[in-house]
Order: sequence, then C-alpha cells, then structure tokens
Amino acid sequence: MDKMPKWADIVLIPLISLLLAAFFSALVILAIGENPIEALKLMVDGALMRSSGWGYTLYYATNFIFTGLAVSVAFHARLFNIGGEGQAMLGGLGVALCCLYVPWPHWSLAILGASVGAALFGALWALIPAYLQAKRGSHIVITTIMFNFIAAAILNYVLVELLRPVGAMDPASAKFPDATHLPSFQDMFSTETNKMFRGAPANVTFFLALAASVFVWLLMWRTKLGYQIRAFGHSESGALYAGISPVRITVIAMLISGALAGMMSVNTTMGESERLILNSTEGAGFIGIAVALMGRNHPFGVLLAAILFGFLYQGGAELALWTSIPRELIVVIQALVILFTGALDNMVREPLEKLFIAMRRRNA
Amino acid sequence: MTAPAIELKGISKAFGPVQANKDISISVQPGTIHGIIGENGAGKSTLMSILYGFYKADAGEIFIKGQKTLIPDSQAAIRAGIGMVFQHFKLVENFTVLENIILGAEDGAMLNSSLGNARKELKHLAEEYGLNVNPDEVIENLSVGHQQRVEILKALYRKAEILILDEPTGVLTPAEADQLFRILDRLREEGKTIILITHKLREIMEYTDTVSVMRRGEMTATVKTSETSPEHLAELMVGRKVLLRVDKKPAEPGATVLDIKGLRVVDEAGVERVKGIDLTVRAGEIVGIAGVAGNGQSELLEVLGGFADGTGTITMNGAEIPLSGHGADGQARRAAGISHVPEDRQREGLIMEFAAWENTVFGYHHSPEIQNGLLMDNKGIYTEAEAKMQRFDVRPPDPKLAAKNFSGGNQQKIVLAREIERNPDLLLIGQPTRGVDIGAIEFIHQQVVNLRDQGKAILLVSVELEEILSLADRVVVMFDGHITGERDAAQTNEKELGLLMAGITDTSAVANGNGGNDTTQQEVPADG
Repeated sequence: MDKMPKWADIVLIPLISLLLAAFFSALVILAIGENPIEALKLMVDGALMRSSGWGYTLYYATNFIFTGLAVSVAFHARLFNIGGEGQAMLGGLGVALCCLYVPWPHWSLAILGASVGAALFGALWALIPAYLQAKRGSHIVITTIMFNFIAAAILNYVLVELLRPVGAMDPASAKFPDATHLPSFQDMFSTETNKMFRGAPANVTFFLALAASVFVWLLMWRTKLGYQIRAFGHSESGALYAGISPVRITVIAMLISGALAGMMSVNTTMGESERLILNSTEGAGFIGIAVALMGRNHPFGVLLAAILFGFLYQGGAELALWTSIPRELIVVIQALVILFTGALDNMVREPLEKLFIAMRRRNA
Repeated sequence: MTAPAIELKGISKAFGPVQANKDISISVQPGTIHGIIGENGAGKSTLMSILYGFYKADAGEIFIKGQKTLIPDSQAAIRAGIGMVFQHFKLVENFTVLENIILGAEDGAMLNSSLGNARKELKHLAEEYGLNVNPDEVIENLSVGHQQRVEILKALYRKAEILILDEPTGVLTPAEADQLFRILDRLREEGKTIILITHKLREIMEYTDTVSVMRRGEMTATVKTSETSPEHLAELMVGRKVLLRVDKKPAEPGATVLDIKGLRVVDEAGVERVKGIDLTVRAGEIVGIAGVAGNGQSELLEVLGGFADGTGTITMNGAEIPLSGHGADGQARRAAGISHVPEDRQREGLIMEFAAWENTVFGYHHSPEIQNGLLMDNKGIYTEAEAKMQRFDVRPPDPKLAAKNFSGGNQQKIVLAREIERNPDLLLIGQPTRGVDIGAIEFIHQQVVNLRDQGKAILLVSVELEEILSLADRVVVMFDGHITGERDAAQTNEKELGLLMAGITDTSAVANGNGGNDTTQQEVPADG
C-alpha cells in the first residue's frame, strides 16, 4: 500500500517545504536588519500585483518550463542531465543562425524555424554525452557538466570571432531582422486605453512552452516511446527482458531533453534580446533541475514550479531594487527554496508518511 | 518438565498498518528441533528478527530458560545464547573460515591470540558435531553447503544454545541438505535447541519434533510432528484444503518446437556458464530443468528470452533464430512465438512502480492492437487488464494498483496472465512459484498444465525438485553448465535427480521406477 495519499505527495510536501524555506529566508532577512514581512510584500507587489510584474515572472517561468521539462524527461530514463545550461547556449546559436541567415517572411514562421534550430542544436549537444553514457558508460552527470564549459567556450569564440558585426565592441551577434520580432505580451494584450505588460519581456514563446508541456505529457504517458523511457528508468534489467534497448532509449531521451533545453533560447534570444549575447541563459539550465525536482517530473508540476521560480526571480529583482537587501541575498533565498524543495525532500516526507500511517491505523 | 529453552508470550509487531505478528506465543523444549512453517508474509521472518534483536516487539515477552530476557540488539541475542543462520550468508567472501568465525568476537586488539584460540575451539567443535571445514580456506572457495557450516560454526563459537535457521535448504543440493540435517541431529543430541524456518513441508515432516504454523501474522497451531500430516499442515497454512500434487494427464508430445544444439553462453565476467548443451522441447510437453541454482539454467533462459548472447544453433518451429545482435532481443523472441515468465519477476518480469494495467502489456507494448494512432490505447489496455486480472484471480483485482503493492503470488499471476494469454508456441518459465504462497502455487501449476494440454511447448526451470517432479513430463538435469542427465519424470525420483544435480551420472544404485513419489529418505552417499 502507498504510504500516503497522492495529494499529500504532490501538494502537501512541496507546500510545507516552501513554507520552511520561507521561514528560514525570513530569519536571514531579519538577521541583516530588514523586515521580512515588508520584503515579502515587496516581492508579491513587484512580481504579481502588476501586469508588468507578471510579464517578467512569466518570462522567467518560460525559461524554467523548458529547462524543467528537459531535466524531467531525462530523469524518467534515470539520466541526470545537468547540461541544460550548455544545451540552451547552443540552442541560442541555432536560433541566431536561423534568424540571421534565413529570410523569414513572418514571425510565425520564424518562431517555428528558430524552434527547430534551437531544438536541433540543443539535441546535438546532448547527443555526445548520451552516446558516451550508452556505449561507454561515461557518467552523464560528469560529461554534461563538462559540456557546459565547452558550450560556453564555443559560444564565446563564435560571438567574438564569427558573429560579431564589424566594428561592434561587445561579444554579440547583429540584431535579428524585424520580421523575426516575436509579439510580446504588451503587443498582444494591450488596448488603446489600457496598456498591459508594459515593457515586460514575456512573449509568445510562453505559449510555446505550454505546448511543450502538453507534448511532454502526451509523450511520457500516452505513447509507447514514453512507456519505454519510463520502464527503462525504473528497471534496466526489466527493459532488457522486454526487449527495450538501453542504448536506444538513453540516446533518444537525451535528444529530447537537449532539444527542450535548447528551445529555451527561443524565449531569451529571439523573444527578448533579439540578438545572440553571451550568458543569455543566466543559470536557467540549473534552475531547471530544481524545477523538475519540485514538480515531481510531471509537466503540470513543472509548470507550477517554473512559475514559482519565475516569481522568486522577479520578486528578488524588485527587492534588490527597492531595499538594501543585497543581490547576493536574493540568491541565498532562491538557494534555500531549492534546498528545501529539492534536496531536503525526505526531511518533510518521512514525518509526514509516519503521520499518515498513524492516522490510518487509528481509523482502522 | 524442564523450563523451555525459549518461550515467547504475546509477541506483537506492526509495520505501519500491517500487523506482521499478532499475539504470538510459543514454547520450545531444549534438545528439540522446532519447525516454523508458513506462507510468505505470514510473519515468520519478523518473529525471528524480534528474537535476534533486529526489531523491537510492540508487545510481549521473551523467556530464555525460564528467565525473562530483553533483546534490544543482536549482541544481546548472542549473549542470551541465540545463534542465527540467515538464508543469505553473512560471510566476508575473501576472509578465511577462521577469520570469519572470530569476526566481531575478537579477544583483543591483536588478532593472533584470538586466531589461536579459535583454531583450538574449532577443532573441538568439528569433532563434537561432525562439522568439518578447513579453517584456513577462503570463503569464496567453499561450496554453498560448507559456507553454511561456517555460519553454524560461527553461532556455536559464540556459545549458542539455540540455533535459528532461516530457509536453510533453499540453496543446497538434496545431498547437502541431508548432511545439514545430520548435523542438526547431532546438535539436538548434544542438547542444543533448533528452530527451523521453512516453507518445505517435507523437511518439517522428516526432521522436526514439533511444528508451529503461522498464517497472516498469527500462530494458528502448534502440534507434534508425529501427530500431523502434510495435508493438514498445508490446510493450516492456507486456511483451506489444498491440492499438493498437480492433477494432470500423461503428455502427448507433438512436433519439435524448440531445438537447441551446442549452446554455449559466456557471462559478462568472461566465465562460461553454459558449456555446449543440446535440448529439444516438443509441442504438448513440459520439460523441466532441474539443478542447483547457478549451474547455467538462468543463462539458458536468458539466451532463449533474448537478453543474453550465446553461440550455437537454436531453431524455433524449424527456423533458426539469431543468438546475438539486433535480431536477438526480447522483441524478436516474442515475434518468434516465445513467451517468457522470467525467474526474477521483480527485477525483470514487472516494472514495480508501474500500475498493474501498464504491466499487462510490458514487452508487448509494440503490439498493433494496443495502439491508437500515435498514442497507446490506454483505455483498451486498462479494460483488458481488468478482464485478465479476473481470469487469473489476481487479488486485489485493481488494475490501478502499482505492481509492488501486490503479494508475490499475485505479482506472478500478473506476469503469467500476460505471457500465457499471448498464446505462445513456447513458454519459458523460470522459478514459477519462488516466493509464492501455497494457495497460488496450485493455481499457477494448473495454468501451466492447461497450456500444455493446448499443445504448447513449455520449458520449466526450477530449483524446487518437488515442483519439477510434479509438473514436468521430462526432466533434464544441469550441473556446471552441462546436461548431466535426462529422465522421464514418471520414472525417476528425488534421490536420482539429486545425484545428477551434484554431477554424478552413475545413478544405478538409486534409480527406481516407483513413479517419482519417493519421499522416504535413506542414506545418501556423502559429498560424492
């Protein structure tokens, strides 16, 4: 019998973890002499109470949805893809090449082309670690981490030596053609009288991320490929018995994972900066790990967790802007959330399981 | 009447909502062998773990020689004179016998004096109980039977008066088992008390003085062995009348379905496990492969099932099937008409985290009839799973429940339902009733026999001789990667097969034709 009801697993545990993280964050804020209640109010005001705040929150969330899905797909095959960061960087290169060198007539076609480019580059960047894991047993955690560094170096080289327009000083590509401009939420939802999402970077890619969530859900729970990925992830010996090739599944799962991570760059590179810059990923590849953990590797959970982390990012920026809480402390708060929701999961889970068992016995 | 060597009063233990032991009381007289029998999950192991200090009982008291004793940990159990021989030995493989024996019982910081004392003590024990083992041999070079002796010696070296053995014969050849029981007899004569946990009725009937039956955490009866019968014990274990022998007609073998010639299998470590065997299985017969675990039977099944590579030739219905490479995976085997109930249902046959309904198509997930365009027809699979679980009496009949939440017997029924209902030409079935309770064994055996009667070929691998003898039509014995003999199941007996299982091919001394029902055990040549 399961130790506790499903709703407790999916809702209660993340919620308690979150409250714990909030409590310790409050202690930290108290320690430096600021008021945690005020800080929270500021975060909520800045991230959720105005449409422009939502515009930022959802922009960050879009990144985290893609990287969270990437981590969770790999995780279903029991592969820990820490290379989302590098795959997203290379995905950005794919977006840039698509936007700069293909004359797109309309943004709707451009976003499709750029998505394919991003997915392709991200997938290829995941292919080498996947192959090494499947065929040679090189641990995917190690190889994907190292590939992050290689990706950063490649991107640096490409931007400085190849894509930088003549005469430009910063390591960035030329601005993309106007035809590739993606409608932002401001473009889409504002009316003459009512300006919505003013200046916020959230754009149509958010809906692409929602579509990707539905795609991942269908893939994992409705197709035989997903069935095989999950079976392999639970038991390699079982997979062998069923005639599921571990090599094939490892490679395919990592390709899908890399493609999803790469597609994050459609949001940052095409939707926001409209040119390829260094460090556009801003660590979203790593946040994806926390998002996947907190979202229990389910697309819907990933979606919720991504929005939460989007809120933390935007709310953190607001704090840094309006209070004397230094930027570094925002990172501490984010780290506390990751720590409690991800790494310390069992600390909440075990007492809760005991509680539920005790309750069931009393009822029995 | 002397005080009982060990007495339990009202022991209860719960794990979460599961009541593993419920108000258990037994009393064992010194100098006797007391059997504890029960199905898997009946609570035998929990009870013994309480006795050895691994678990703390929720309620109840333990008396050793009439003295109330607390056993909070295994050190306390050892001090109280309790020794335990586990099913899976707890020996350091690359230590010598002597080093293993003093491990945890060293006299001081330096080993030399301990080793010297232990050597003397060991010699004394060997003489007293006939427990001969070379003290300087490294454990990994010893046979399983000898490793078990080291475990017994370890307990005796720690002055155990009460010896608990958990399923001691599961890994032994019949001859080794006989030797074990001769040793236990000697120990009993010297006044030691022995508690024997087993699910084998035969051992209980032959060697114990008294027997307790456990069912669902409760002690349902304690009786004198001489006053009971196997049928009665089985009924007490299961709670209803049980058919101990499979009811089947003589086989009517048809055309050859599976033909193996010169099969060799080398495992990942480079050790040759199957050393050139020839074997045929015909339609409408059950061929049983007997042998002690680890003599190449598992590897044979793995090659046939498509998850290990081999060399040689295998034809299936006259067509040769590849033994390595892409055409030799589980999918290709299923396409060739081979279904496989694997030896380890938890690691292979099922995905434990998957729901039962998902498991009912495991391995057949490519089948066109369960696809719905690009997606899987989950609704159809679920409905069919519900029906399958009805037909195979899986309990509880809830397709949504994860496989890990079913009992061993019901897990096996899920695998069996999936594999048998594919209507294969050949069914491979490994350890069909390992960890399965008696009530389910009856059902599983009947399903296998039904499949045979439909004219299908069945290759059965089991380490349970009784199972082979009652289910198979033809018995093939494997030893050290070779086939050491083939017998008509109706024309052989456990003793003859036991010799073949030990690699002795001259069985004229014990061969008889009394229909394989020989259960009276006489002297068997030691070691061979």
